[in-house]
Amino acid sequence: MSWELTSDRPIYIQLVEHIKFDIISGRYKPGDKIEPVRELAIKASVNPNTMQKAMAVLEQSGLIYSNRTSGRFITDDEELITALKASIAEAYCRDFITKIRQIGYSNDEIRDNLNNYLI
Amino acid sequence: MTPLLECRTLTKKYGNTLALNNVSFTLERGRIVGLLGPNASGKTTLIKLINGLLTPTSGEVLINGMRPGIESKLSVAYLPDTMFLNDWMNVKQLINYYSDFYSNFDVDKAYDMLKRLNIDEKMRVKAMSKGTKEKVQLILTMSRNADLYCLDEPIGGVDPASRDYILSTILNNYNENGSILISTHLISDVEQILDDVLMIRFGCLYIHKTVDEIREEKHMSVDELFREVFRC
Repeated sequence: MSWELTSDRPIYIQLVEHIKFDIISGRYKPGDKIEPVRELAIKASVNPNTMQKAMAVLEQSGLIYSNRTSGRFITDDEELITALKASIAEAYCRDFITKIRQIGYSNDEIRDNLNNYLI
Repeated sequence: MTPLLECRTLTKKYGNTLALNNVSFTLERGRIVGLLGPNASGKTTLIKLINGLLTPTSGEVLINGMRPGIESKLSVAYLPDTMFLNDWMNVKQLINYYSDFYSNFDVDKAYDMLKRLNIDEKMRVKAMSKGTKEKVQLILTMSRNADLYCLDEPIGGVDPASRDYILSTILNNYNENGSILISTHLISDVEQILDDVLMIRFGCLYIHKTVDEIREEKHMSVDELFREVFRC
C-alpha cells in the first residue's frame, strides 16, 4: 500500500515526516537498518530521487546515518529520538488547541472534554 | 556526459498551424518526466519529433548527442497514443515480433508483466478490450532495455488498480541511465512518481521544474497548477 500523501506540500517533506513518525512510534527501532531507497520508493509509490532527497534531509538532522558499505540506519541516539517525539507531540497539541479554540471552546470545556477521552 | 535528450529551438509548423514554437530544454538521465499540456498544445508533436517520425521546421533534437535515426531508434522506446498492433496477432506472436525487431527486448520481463496483469498469451488483439490493448502495448514498450521511454498517453483507458501496477512497473523498470517521458492528462495519478514537469502551452515551453519546486513555490500540486494555468 502506498503512503498517504497530500497534494499541497512538497512530497519529500511528507516522506521525511512519515519516516520520522515511524521512528518515534517505534516501527523503526534505534539502530535498525532501513530498506534501500529504491525499495522504499516503490513501497511509497514515489520517485526514487524524491525518496533520496528525503533520506538526505533525515541524514542531515542526524536521525539516520549511512554506512558507506552496508546501507542506512536509524540513529542509536535515544535522546535525539525523545526530543523528536517531544517536538512532534507539541505540534499536535498546539494544532489541537488552535482548532478547538476556533470553534469557541473555553479552557474548562477543553479540559472536561479531554477528560472524557483519557479514561 | 552528453545529455540524454536535448531540444534546441525546436519549431514545427503544419502548414500555417504552429504546433511547437521555439522549444528548448535538456533532459538528464535517470529522471521520470511528465509532459503536460492541454489538448492541442503540442505534446504528441514533440514526442514524434523525438522519435524521428516528424522532421522539425527549424531547430533540432539530439538523442545521446545524435539526431533521430536508426541508432536513436534502438535507444528510444516509443509508445504511440494510438493503437498500432496487428489485430490478427496474439500476445505470444507480438512478443516474438518485438524480440525479432528490437535486440534490446527482454522476453522474460514481458511475460512476467503479462502474468501480473492476468493477460493470456494466446489472446488475440482483436478480442481485447481497450484497456487490455493499452496494457499490452505498454508492456511491449517497457520490456525494451532502452535509454529513453516516450510514453504518449499510456494509462488513459486503464482501470485504477492496473494503473497503480503500471506506475509501479515504471518505477521498478527505469534505471539510472535511462529516463521516461510520459505525456498524460491524468496528472494527479502520476504526480508522485515524477521528478520533473514539462508543461507546454500553445506550443511553447511554459514550465520546466521539479514537482517539489512547483509545490514549494506555488503551494499547490501540479494538478492544481495545471487547472489554474489552463482554466477555460
